[in-house]
Amino acid sequence: MKDWFRRHHHPSFQSAGATSREIPEDLWEKCPKCSELLYQRELENNEWVCSRCAYHFRLRAEQRIAQLTDEGSFEEHSAYLLSTDPLNFRSATESYADKLRQSREKTGLSESMLIGTATLAGCPLVLAVTDFRFMGGSMGSVYGEKLVRAVDIALDRRLPVLTVNASGGARQQEGMFSLMQMAKTTTAFARLGRERLPHISLLTDPCTAGVTASYATSADIVIAEPGALIGFAGPRVIEQTTRQKLPPGFQTAEFCLEHGMVDMVTPRRELRPTLGNLLRIFSATGGLSVVS
Amino acid sequence: MSPKHRTAWERVQIARNPARPKTLDYVARLLQPWVELHGDRAHGDDAALVAGIGSFRGRSVVVLGHQRGGDTKENLARNFGMPRPEAYRKAGRIMEMAGKFALPLVCFIDTPGADPGIHSEERGQAFAIAANLCTLANLPVPVVATVIGEGGSGGALAIGAGDRILMLENSVYSVASPEASAAILWRDSAKAPEAAAAMKITAADLVSFGIADGVIPEPADGAHVEPAAAIDAVGERISAALDELDAQYRTPAGLYDVPRLLEARVEKYRGIGAWREEMPPVAEPVVVEASGD
Repeated sequence: MKDWFRRHHHPSFQSAGATSREIPEDLWEKCPKCSELLYQRELENNEWVCSRCAYHFRLRAEQRIAQLTDEGSFEEHSAYLLSTDPLNFRSATESYADKLRQSREKTGLSESMLIGTATLAGCPLVLAVTDFRFMGGSMGSVYGEKLVRAVDIALDRRLPVLTVNASGGARQQEGMFSLMQMAKTTTAFARLGRERLPHISLLTDPCTAGVTASYATSADIVIAEPGALIGFAGPRVIEQTTRQKLPPGFQTAEFCLEHGMVDMVTPRRELRPTLGNLLRIFSATGGLSVVS
Repeated sequence: MSPKHRTAWERVQIARNPARPKTLDYVARLLQPWVELHGDRAHGDDAALVAGIGSFRGRSVVVLGHQRGGDTKENLARNFGMPRPEAYRKAGRIMEMAGKFALPLVCFIDTPGADPGIHSEERGQAFAIAANLCTLANLPVPVVATVIGEGGSGGALAIGAGDRILMLENSVYSVASPEASAAILWRDSAKAPEAAAAMKITAADLVSFGIADGVIPEPADGAHVEPAAAIDAVGERISAALDELDAQYRTPAGLYDVPRLLEARVEKYRGIGAWREEMPPVAEPVVVEASGD
C-alpha cells in the first residue's frame, strides 16, 4: 500500500531496453496499411505515423510514455507486481506459467500494464499505459491492481489520471479473477470521480472487450487515436456469430466518433497539446495539484 | 452422479436447462405486487433484460434480470437472453431510480453474454456496459446480485457488480463461455468440457476465490425439477443479505449511509485478485521519500 512512496528508476524500461533498443538490421519498416517502405528514423521523428497514409503504428508502452510526458519526468510505480497463477491454468497447448515466462522474456516487461507519475506540458499527472505486446494487453489481477494503485496515488496527491489503453480484454488464463477486474477498476475510478479528480482515457489500437467495457470508456474524457479498432466483440466473433459481412470502417475510432461514443479522434502529433489543454482547464477547477 | 460431485460441464448443462426457473419466474413468486418497466427512453426496449419495481417480503425493491426464453419462439423474442445496449441503458436508468428512492437493487444474472451483433456495436455495447459498472459503483443503495443460471462475462457483470454476489449451486460464472474459451485456448470449441473444468467457473470455485459470497443449495436434481423450492431458497438468501446490509448501512431516517456503503464496495472489489509483489533487486537504487511529496 505504501509502495508509491518508493521511487523506482524505470525498472521495466531497463529490462525492456536490453531487447527492444537493439537496432534491427533492417532499418526500413513497411507500413501495414499502405505497404510503403518507411525509414525507421523518419518514423521515429514522425511519432510512428506513416508519412504517406497517416497509419498510426502500435507503440510500446515505453515509446508512448516518451512521446507523451516531459523528458525525464516519468517515475514508475509498483513495477514488481507479478501475476500468480490462481487457477493453476493449463490448456491443451501450454500452461499460464510458461506463457507468462515467455511474455516476460519476449517483451522485457513484467506485465501488460505500467503505472507511474509524470508531467505533461508541465502538468503533473498519474499515467497508466497498456503494452499490447504482453499477452495482448490483457487485463488480469496485476493489471487491475496497478490501476487501483494509480487511482490511490492520484487521490493522495490530488492528480488527474491518464490511461492509455490497448487491450484484447480480460485475461482468459485468470478466469473470473480477470472478469472481476472490470468491476475493481471501474469502482476505483468511480471513487476518483467522487473526489472530483478527472480521468482521461486514450483508446489506441486495438481496444476491445473487457477493457473497453469498463474503466477505459467510463472516463470523463475519451479520446481515440485515428484508425484504432475499438469495440466490444472482436470483428471475427461478430462475423462468425451473425454471418454478416462487416461494413467498411466498422469499429474504428472514426466509427465511434460518428456514433457519439468518443469525445474526439486526435492524431498522435496533436495528443500532447490536446492533453495539455485539458489538464490546464481541469486544473482551474481548483481540486487539482498543479505542481508536482 | 451425486450433486456434490457434478463436473463443471454437468453444471453448465443444468445452468442452461430450458426448464430452469428464469428471472420472471423468481419475480412472479417473490414479488407481490410487481410492476415491470420498459425501455431506455432513448432507443428501444430490449426484452433480453427485464426491469421493474415491486414489494419483496414487505420491502420495496428495484429488480433487474436477464431473461431467457423457455422455447425457441420466446428465445427469439428475448434474443436468447443476450442484452443489447438499450437493455443496459434501461438497466442504468432503473438503477438511478433505485438510488433516487433509496430502494435496494436486486439483480438476477442469467445470460450467455452481451449481444455481439453489428447494431449493438453501432450503439456502443462496450460503452453501455461500462456506464452500468460506473453507475453501480456510485449507487447509494445496497445491491444484491444472484447468479441463477449462466453468468456470461461482461454482459452478466454489467448488472452483477453488487455488494453481495450469491450463486445457485449449479449456476456458473465465467470470463467467457466454455465454448469460447475452448476456441481461444484449445483452438477447438468441442473442448468446452475441458475448458469448463480448467476455467473454474462453479459456485464453489468462486466462493473459494472470494469472488462470490455464498452458494445457495438446489434441490438434488436441480432447480428445474423443483422450481418453487429453488425460488424460495433464493428468496430466503436475498432477504437475509438485504437484512444484513440494512443492519450495516441503514440510517434511523430510513436512508443509507452512502459514504460507508460506497467505501465498502471499493474495498470488496479491491480485494479481488491474485498477485505477489517482489521487492526490487538489491542493485536497484531505491529512495524512500516522506509522504506528501
